[in-house]
Amino acid sequence: MREQLTAVEAGPIRVLMAKAGLDGHDRGVKVVARALRDAGMEVVYTGLHRTPQEIVATAIQEDVDVVGISLLSGAHMTLFPQVIDLLKEAGVFERFILIGGGVMPDEDVDALLAMGVAAILGQDTPPDDAAVLVRGLVAKRGARV
Amino acid sequence: MSTTDERLADLLDRAVERDMAATSQLISALEGRRVGSGAVLEALHRAGGNAHVVGVTGAPGSGKSTLVSVLARELRDRGLTVAIVAVDPSSAISGGAILGDRIRMQDHALDPGIFVRSMSSRGSLGGVSAATVDAVGVLDAAGWDVVVVETVGVGQAEVEIMRIAQTVVVVSVPGLGDDVQAIKAGLMEIADLHVVNKADRPDAGKTVAELLSMLTLAGPPGPGGWPVPVLSTSAADSSGVPKLADTLAEHRAWMAGSGEGERRERAMAAARIHSIAKDLVLARLADPSATPLVERVVAAVAARRLDPHAAARALVDNEPITDLQLEKSA
Ligand SMILES: Nc1nc2c(ncn2[C@@H]2O[C@H](COP(=O)(O)OP(=O)(O)OP(=O)(O)O)[C@@H](O)[C@H]2O)c(=O)[nH]1
Ligand SMILES: [Mg+2]
Repeated sequence: MREQLTAVEAGPIRVLMAKAGLDGHDRGVKVVARALRDAGMEVVYTGLHRTPQEIVATAIQEDVDVVGISLLSGAHMTLFPQVIDLLKEAGVFERFILIGGGVMPDEDVDALLAMGVAAILGQDTPPDDAAVLVRGLVAKRGARV
Repeated sequence: MSTTDERLADLLDRAVERDMAATSQLISALEGRRVGSGAVLEALHRAGGNAHVVGVTGAPGSGKSTLVSVLARELRDRGLTVAIVAVDPSSAISGGAILGDRIRMQDHALDPGIFVRSMSSRGSLGGVSAATVDAVGVLDAAGWDVVVVETVGVGQAEVEIMRIAQTVVVVSVPGLGDDVQAIKAGLMEIADLHVVNKADRPDAGKTVAELLSMLTLAGPPGPGGWPVPVLSTSAADSSGVPKLADTLAEHRAWMAGSGEGERRERAMAAARIHSIAKDLVLARLADPSATPLVERVVAAVAARRLDPHAAARALVDNEPITDLQLEKSA
């Protein structure tokens, strides 16, 4: 029998974009979302103030390739570990590429990368670069079964 | 069994236990790849046929997602589980999409009895792509009681939604004369029930009356027929939503009792076979082993030694063509 369900016809890259934390600004996230769409990706946008639990449940149901979490409120060192723990608890940590967005000191960036976050985008990252980065990370991961 | 088949079989086993991750991964595995390997697709199809598949369509911004979210809460209160497939249009240029229906459904993110999957229409006209049909198939097989498919209504194209829904709900809003015109164009004949949403706004009564008079023009249902109701809801304060849930259940019972359900199942089966067969043929032509012949035939048609009908029959039905027709300038 032919193996047609492997990587023959991978669909568009799917990205969840979640805005965590208390601040009410999602302009930056929306700009990035549009850049990803224009690069041919499907972007699931969930709105403001998402909790780690909601982000993980949504990532699982949408089965996205990439989970992008943006937060400006400085809570990244509590939020990302929580998300990672919840993904691990659900046994799906390996399935997702985690990307963070926001402003944070270099040592925090290093710590997050060490925890398994694939990349951190600073606030001044051009949106098109974000699309290139996402595409590169997904290509590096290869096809998921 | 191949490893892919084994993995899919395992996902299906877990999906029927309402494992969200397995359900969702199974949808991904099937997405856009209908020409799949046999055993699992067979098991999937056999397991299905139990869900009430409800299509919700209507103009952009008419409140479909908000209404679906409130309806999901009502159905949960009635002890039912609800899976939602929310389809948004994809960009014609990039093929990408921003899928925002979930913003209105976030209240349910942590409810194990509600599953939400967003997808883009992937270029298909009525927003119902092969991927949508497959996703509904997975959710049905996995045992979700009600599967709601939300698509944006843009005229004639919603007829596509009939392919998967047992009950089609057409959502409109008050105060849009054009909206009723649009409904007239393509949606009148596919609506099993009309909902005028945003009934908290003025003029809702007028829109209801307009729809009712259009339905009257279409004539009464035959004996034992389904009189298409016009309901009004406000997704903002949930009013009218219990009545909507009641009516959905009534329509389902009518479908089962009247034979219309069976008729539609057959129509849907035929449509699915048709589109899969089309894909199969196209895949066969795209197969590398077919390429040399395809190229020669294409050259022969371009040089007018062979007509395109004979060429297609040669490729699909293996109808013989003479070497003379094929070779000359090759
Ligand atoms: N006043 C009022 N506003 C509503 C009602 N239902 C939805 N809305 C608002 O209408 C807007 C659009 O709602 P959605 O649920 O996103 O509409 P939709 O039809 O799903 O939109 P698309 O998926 O983009 O086509 C939102 O601002 C809602 O808050 C209602 O019953 N009353
Ligand atoms: Mg919507």
